Amino acid sequence: MLAELKIWLQCTVESSFQGSATFPINPQIYPPYGSMTVSTPTWLASNDQIADAKHALDKHTYESVQWHFHDSTGSPFWLEQKASLKFDPLKDVKGFDDLKKFPEFEDDCLRGGPIERWIPKGLLGKPTYVFETGGTTGIPKSRMVIDDFRIDYENFSETLPDHYFPKGSNWLMLGPSGPRRLRLAIEHLCQVRGGICFCIDLDPRWVVKLIKKGWMEHLEEYKKHCIDQAITILTANHNIKCMFTTPKLLESLASGLAEKGTSIQELGITGIFSGGTEFTPQWTRFCVEELLGGPAEESGVYMTPTYGNTLMGLACSRPVTSDDDYTIAYYAPQPRAVVEVVDFDDHTKIVGHGETGRVKLYTMTKEFFVPGFLERDEGERELPFDKYPWDGVSGVRPYRGFASTTTVGVY
Amino acid sequence: MLTINPIRWGKQYKSLEYQDVFHFDTGESIARIGQVNGSMVQMDMRKADNARKALRSIPTQELIERCKKAAYMFEHETLPVGDGLQTVDDFIHQQSASTGLPEHMCRNNMQKNCFVLSNIDKILDALTRGLDLEIFARGYGEENRNVTVSFQCQTPVLGAVLPNNSPGVHTLWLPAVPLQVGLVLKPGSQEPWTPYRMISAYIEAGIPAEAFCLYPGGHDVGSTILGKCSRSMIFGSAQTVDQYSGNPRVQAHGPGFSKILIGDDVVDQWEDYLDLMVESVLSNSGRSCINCSGIWASRHTKEIGEALASRMGGIDILPPSNPKAALAAFTNAQMAKGTWAMVQQDLAESGVVNMTASYGERLVERERCAYLKPVVVTADSPQRAVAMKEYMFPFVSVVKCEQKNMIKSIGSTLVGTALTADDEWIDELTNATHIDRLNIGAMPTNRLNWLQPHEGNLIDFLFRSRAVQIVPMRVAQAV
Repeated sequence: MLAELKIWLQCTVESSFQGSATFPINPQIYPPYGSMTVSTPTWLASNDQIADAKHALDKHTYESVQWHFHDSTGSPFWLEQKASLKFDPLKDVKGFDDLKKFPEFEDDCLRGGPIERWIPKGLLGKPTYVFETGGTTGIPKSRMVIDDFRIDYENFSETLPDHYFPKGSNWLMLGPSGPRRLRLAIEHLCQVRGGICFCIDLDPRWVVKLIKKGWMEHLEEYKKHCIDQAITILTANHNIKCMFTTPKLLESLASGLAEKGTSIQELGITGIFSGGTEFTPQWTRFCVEELLGGPAEESGVYMTPTYGNTLMGLACSRPVTSDDDYTIAYYAPQPRAVVEVVDFDDHTKIVGHGETGRVKLYTMTKEFFVPGFLERDEGERELPFDKYPWDGVSGVRPYRGFASTTTVGVY
Repeated sequence: MLTINPIRWGKQYKSLEYQDVFHFDTGESIARIGQVNGSMVQMDMRKADNARKALRSIPTQELIERCKKAAYMFEHETLPVGDGLQTVDDFIHQQSASTGLPEHMCRNNMQKNCFVLSNIDKILDALTRGLDLEIFARGYGEENRNVTVSFQCQTPVLGAVLPNNSPGVHTLWLPAVPLQVGLVLKPGSQEPWTPYRMISAYIEAGIPAEAFCLYPGGHDVGSTILGKCSRSMIFGSAQTVDQYSGNPRVQAHGPGFSKILIGDDVVDQWEDYLDLMVESVLSNSGRSCINCSGIWASRHTKEIGEALASRMGGIDILPPSNPKAALAAFTNAQMAKGTWAMVQQDLAESGVVNMTASYGERLVERERCAYLKPVVVTADSPQRAVAMKEYMFPFVSVVKCEQKNMIKSIGSTLVGTALTADDEWIDELTNATHIDRLNIGAMPTNRLNWLQPHEGNLIDFLFRSRAVQIVPMRVAQAV
């Protein structure tokens, strides 16, 4: 299940939240909107910024489609799909809106092989990885990757505040091991920042099985096993200052350290980026105030909530602050990926700003092309942010149609 | 709209997440309840010892007096609840609106809780078999026969995962406070009213606020309370009870499968006990574990079934404010439909007869809720599946069974009322370990004597009887 591998990364940008002016909304651009997270945003992107971003997206879309559907560069999968389309992507896709001509992408086609059918001919011969999601039962979904995870995380690295994620410091990857994109991505992030990444063994498929079997004691023991590994590394004098972890493991780590009379803060961790499962504003607040010792400027520990996906890659967010009630709003890394919030019944219709809908993703990198995939999430459509002048999504949570059947483990 | 915040060791916590409580019939939002997560509970439990310390700083007798004051305030005063003030009438209206219970039943449950707290000294005296409460406060002391006894408290707090729709169960955790044990409660999402009002009354009466936590939230909150409190209670289904069976840290309360057993010596006079039977089935709209779900007799079962059906079959749905309202609403209509489907499955079995069939439709669906009118069935044998059923509405199966086979056939029984004067049978009933509360004689199953333990003695649950031997020590005076 792709939802299990969500790591939408919050890029850390300068706060631009300020006082309370009238909501500067242009009704021609933003038709109806509901309950926005901040009633008086000063961070709203200008119309010029929005237009420039749209132009860049259209250009990128055109180039991506030309790459993925040209006989000399496209992947066997998409070239085969081209034959069944009722339009010619090379001629009929001139901008982003033309992607609506494609049928929705069904991620089930990622199950099974041959994996090579996803490799664009233009990239043949390059060292290739395969990353898996799900796989608790049946055949997991696979995505082939060459450089995307490096590009995504290098971009993300640029957004991390060096004060809290010091260059040259070592990292702990307290997350899933095995055939996961995350495992290598975090290690790469650490390496590009000049550090060495320590890892633990964690099999999320076993965790999901434990939950499904109702073996809660085993689940607790497995969680302890993971936390014990982490504490052993963190207390072994390795100069670890930064870490990745999931919300649940962060809770367990904080609790495990508290039982030993110490804390994340006392162990010298200054930067945490966390993701993998749903972040609620309340949880984020609890984490900041009670697990980490307060806001970063007081505690010295900076935690960035993240949200992501193996298909799409990394998204950035507006700064998460107590002034904004810890609202978490994500912005996809356009033009490499796009997020829309669409009507629950009509997936071609984008909901109004502030309104709730299902998350729809688009990915357009040299390696991978997804012309509209319905995520297993829902949320509220957010206004364009001046650093990311395109629509975002906030309040991301499991899609109500699937929520009761989704098993969320430590991760 | 009233906002009710979680309480963490006496302090209100303004959560960023809320869950609305809705009126079962109008759909109107009555209040919004702040939510916490399990991790917060886990972090807070590191300070649980402070709750007991705060209570131990007050002598037991003084705590008892304050509990009595709290009882009065709970029943009569306007109290701070959440960000507002709550009158007694507010409480009754709110509880009825969210649980679907008629208002007079809410008032009865309120009085029941109040009665227990008002008589807490007598109840503790009964539960401790007359021991000086200072022995529990200090951990040891001299019994009146000059023997040292020790009762060691096993937990600084009592956790409780409370039910959604049964305001009558709160009597079970109330005595923890005068025993100097703090309270960590997860209120039911539809019934936050009693725990919040009771804690408010405790605090207003001078009980230290830091002795209390109230954690509205999801399943992770409940499981954390059960995992982190050394002693806790949970109210749930038979499955819940099974899950915690044998766990000394958790007292699980589930369905009661309470029954009336009619002996051969009185069964021919069954009509004399019809009022008793109706009360046992119908009180509190059949929602309690102490409501009778089975009436067992060796003969006259058809006549008993017909008589019960004639008394209860025609009971109609009345507005919750009507003092004669006997039926509570299922606030979740799907639950009523599901329950009715199970009843229909029971009725499909050969040998089972629906005695209320001629009294009209039992399932009544409304726009936002549903009702189930009383159902009386007869079963010609204990082998029928319906003989072991209990539902959340006035439902009773009248089971034909030879007296000699009755005890071994009834299964787990929370309250067993035996209508008999047969000494030999009474002796067998007394020794039946699957009957928890035994009433011998004409006592409705729903009438509890609170001076006797209910589903286990709270003293035995919270304290451990152990040995302490004391030899006076000579200590040199400091120079």
